[in-house]
Amino acid sequence: MNVQTTPPRILSYSEALREAMAIALETDPRVILMGEDIGVYGGAFQVTGDLIDRFGPDRVMDTPISELGGAGVAVGAALTGLRPIFEFQFSDFATLAMEQIVNQAAKMRYMLGGEASVPLVFRMPSGSGTGAAAQHSQSFEAWFGHVPGLKVVQPSTPHDAKGLLLAALADPDPVIVFEHKLLYKMKGEVPEGYYTVPIGKAAIRRAGTDVTIVATAIMVHRALEAAEKLAAEGIEAEVIDLRSVRPIDGATIIASVRKTGKLLCVFEGVRTLGVGAEISALIAESEAFDYLDAPIMRLGGAEAPIPYNPDLERAAVPQTDKIEIAARRLVRGQV
Amino acid sequence: MTTLAKTETDNRPFAIKQFTPEALRAALKKMYLIRRFEEGAEDSYTRGLIHGTMHLSIGQEASAVATCMELSDDDKITSTHRGHGHCIAKGADVGRMFAEFFGKETGYCHGRGGSMHIADVTKGNLGANGIVGGGLPIAVGSALTSKRLGKSDVTICFFGDGANNEGAFHEALNMASIWKLPVIFVCENNKYGMSTSTERSTAVANIADRAVAYSMPGVTVDGNDFSAVAEALHIAIARARAGEGPSLVENLTYRWRGHSKSDRNRYRTKEEIEDWMSRDPIERFRAELITHGILDDASAAALLTAAEADVAAGIEFAKASPAPHVDDVTRYVHAEAAE
Amino acid sequence: MPIEVIMPKVDMDMVSGTFAVWHIAEGALVEKGAALFDIETDKSAMEVESPATGHLHHISASPGQVVAVGTAVGWIYAAGEVVGAAPSTNPHPAEAETSGSAAPVPASDAGLPSRSGSDAVGIRATPLARRLAREAGIALEKIAGSGPHGRIQRADIEAVQNLAAAVKADAAPTPAPVFVTPAQADAAPATAPTGPVLESLRKIYAGREFEEVALDGMRKIIAARLTEAKSTIPHFYLRRDIQLDALMAFRAQLNNSVGARGIKLSINDFIIKACALALQDNPDCNAVWAGDRVLKMKASDVAVAVAIEGGLFTPVLRDAEFKSLSKLSAEMKDLAARARARKLALHEYQGGSFAISNLGMMGIDNFDAIISPPHASILAVGAGVRKPVCDATGEIVVATIMSVTLSVDHRVIDGALGAQFLTSIKTYLESPMNLVA
Repeated sequence: MNVQTTPPRILSYSEALREAMAIALETDPRVILMGEDIGVYGGAFQVTGDLIDRFGPDRVMDTPISELGGAGVAVGAALTGLRPIFEFQFSDFATLAMEQIVNQAAKMRYMLGGEASVPLVFRMPSGSGTGAAAQHSQSFEAWFGHVPGLKVVQPSTPHDAKGLLLAALADPDPVIVFEHKLLYKMKGEVPEGYYTVPIGKAAIRRAGTDVTIVATAIMVHRALEAAEKLAAEGIEAEVIDLRSVRPIDGATIIASVRKTGKLLCVFEGVRTLGVGAEISALIAESEAFDYLDAPIMRLGGAEAPIPYNPDLERAAVPQTDKIEIAARRLVRGQV
Repeated sequence: MTTLAKTETDNRPFAIKQFTPEALRAALKKMYLIRRFEEGAEDSYTRGLIHGTMHLSIGQEASAVATCMELSDDDKITSTHRGHGHCIAKGADVGRMFAEFFGKETGYCHGRGGSMHIADVTKGNLGANGIVGGGLPIAVGSALTSKRLGKSDVTICFFGDGANNEGAFHEALNMASIWKLPVIFVCENNKYGMSTSTERSTAVANIADRAVAYSMPGVTVDGNDFSAVAEALHIAIARARAGEGPSLVENLTYRWRGHSKSDRNRYRTKEEIEDWMSRDPIERFRAELITHGILDDASAAALLTAAEADVAAGIEFAKASPAPHVDDVTRYVHAEAAE
Repeated sequence: MPIEVIMPKVDMDMVSGTFAVWHIAEGALVEKGAALFDIETDKSAMEVESPATGHLHHISASPGQVVAVGTAVGWIYAAGEVVGAAPSTNPHPAEAETSGSAAPVPASDAGLPSRSGSDAVGIRATPLARRLAREAGIALEKIAGSGPHGRIQRADIEAVQNLAAAVKADAAPTPAPVFVTPAQADAAPATAPTGPVLESLRKIYAGREFEEVALDGMRKIIAARLTEAKSTIPHFYLRRDIQLDALMAFRAQLNNSVGARGIKLSINDFIIKACALALQDNPDCNAVWAGDRVLKMKASDVAVAVAIEGGLFTPVLRDAEFKSLSKLSAEMKDLAARARARKLALHEYQGGSFAISNLGMMGIDNFDAIISPPHASILAVGAGVRKPVCDATGEIVVATIMSVTLSVDHRVIDGALGAQFLTSIKTYLESPMNLVA
């Protein structure tokens, strides 16, 4: 067979998101983008970029600084036949719109007995590491993941950013896409054209036999770095990129823990009542329980708001060295 | 449309001139139906057939029916927790409404929503709402869809006086105005947000005065005067359909019952309630129709009898309907893959 | 929440301890780190420190009582904390046992009325260990866990299974195994107290600058095991000089021919091979001490001490008598690398009947090594040194001489037998062709 190979196409995470939105705008007249400063400004993180030039202000709509109203308009538009993608400038600002996200978007289908649909995507730049302190750095995956009716995804690569955003857009129900701000400039291979990454499916980023590390967003990359360091000592960590917080891909995690007998959950949101707690419980309740050879460990955000000082900011969320130490202790039976 | 201009020779009320006798009789029938439906619901609640709570709109029927007079099934409404009247006015079947109140699978929301989320999407009713002000931005979004897809339909956003102090009200009106969207904000001002009067809660004398801040027309009308409401909506709907943007209409009205089933009416006097009951919007409309020869006492009584029969049949349908299976508790959370 | 005070696991094969005495009375205040009570283990008495500062309540152990590892013997309440009924706790006291029977038990005699299912609930074990034990018919009650708080882990079950397999051939009772898992090395709770107490030492050195370094787990294990070995094994020592010139020439020749394959044989590889063959020639020396008997081994499993940061491991080269020099060399290299990374599996540094400790590369001429139980001997290897010697004809010539000392456990090997073994080693090394013949 004569296979023609072309060099992989490299895009940044934000370029991949922009490409997904461009494809959607081109192929589906129902798609509109809404958000604060997403038009001529190109978005606070330049994700929408030049899309307003290509698709016009009617489809790339700058909203007033009205998170609650804006989110509600998106809900109403989705309910009546549009496919809005609503960008929160920072996920933190979604707190102003909790009413519309949690009471309306998430529950509309159920309250109306399946007679209505809210196909809506909320994009939420999130996470710490930019020196933006307490009100611009939070990680709310667990909050939204707690709400039946919402789906919550956290792409960690440019490939998944595009594929999960397109999957979110194709979904008949509201989906929240958390985009870690530190990932926007990350480069990676992104296929041309339309494709989706299934919501609710985790990805094994590194195979290993000694410990399972389940991580989300930027933590996937820190876990992979830690895994490489551990490999030099002969410790083989399996790194799972959760990708979807709701629904969670229990099968992939369970299969991995059955193999390794050890589980470390790494996520940026506050540790208490967080994503790691959910994964831990999932394993404790599953058939993987009988394969655990050590207690489950969680690394998550500190019990504090994200601080401004860079050293404090680093200390407030899991870093590579912490992951490495935790995984080593797990493997050595020191936990 | 030329009906706005009042001629010197025709001093009849707007509605009498605007609508056919059949439409006017159907409107009276709907007002009877709302009244009897809510009385039937209240009775069923007392008998333990309905659990939870409900918010009755008895006394506000003219506002609901007159507002929806010119709407087709393509036009949308967003409703409130006091939304039974809106639902019936928009064309819902009282049998399926009772079934919903009784928590039955045949109800409009398959027993998942109840009184507070009653909806009939096929008739353009996007649903009642348990959150004060919750429907305001949603209505703007619905109007955005119409404009974006080049449709001529409009969205009526019902809300109460209490909602006018929610941030969502201000955000919604502002966006509707800057984008010139076909939405009409209809405030049913029944004087109290639960127990707190508008005098105590709201800085402006009339809620319609708020329209100035968002560069849209605002008008306050007697919400118990069917024709006055219909006329205000006629103007606002024409403006919306013409692409000129939103309007704010304030219907002054009064709920005869308490806020909800747990209200003990401590915040208003018996005299005030009786004064408003003496100006029953249904009775006023009936008298107006008789005055102008649209119907007589006997045909009015026949309309009431027909409404009562509909309500009785609706309750029987609801009672006989099956309840949802408890195994289906998570059904309708997400779209069903193979639906 | 009050803090649990438990009977600690202070020795790797300990499943229960005999309670000796409380140093703190019921209700009295104790500082974290202060002596709380004494216990007697199979090997020594030792002091247990308080895990927290607070008032001691719900004392449940009394002098002479045998208490299972991990069982609560009291609770420490923080200042102001309300003292109610004793909090519930899982472990229950073990039945009184006679000393010396606390070792892991092979699967063969653990399949008795299966108690591991329901009765094992009070034992700390990982779910995986429980499942493996259940499947293998091993009673958890008789296993000492190597994890924190004596938790039984997969490695502990596998150790029991390995041990069972190892002794099956001889059908002999099981000796206490002598091995240190990495987990134990890092998590060993304490070691036997020795010498003057810390306070008096601090007094002696008051005014002199010093730094106090807390013992890590591996250091504690080394201290305990070697103290035990040196004080309980009746060592005697045999020394010989070995002339290395023929071996060095032979090695150079071999390395020339195998160098292309990326192999570089070290002197140590030849020593391993020589010892493996010598053990075959002297089967009575290829033995381990098992308390009331001796286990005579068939294969030559040669342990080699590997220094690592903060301690040492002794990985075992199995069936070394059959392995080629290049295979031994590769295996040794791999074991040493993984030992330094603390990545050895239990079975890789457990077992053997004999060990080699080589400090020659450090320039040491000769030294005496301490036997690593249950081995019967250990060979201490010094540096090869060029020096004048008298050859067979009486001429003074310069030769490369390596001094070695064989430390021998007299309970297993007597003097003449030991001498014969050491001579065999010398002969192989001085006639290296025999190593490959």
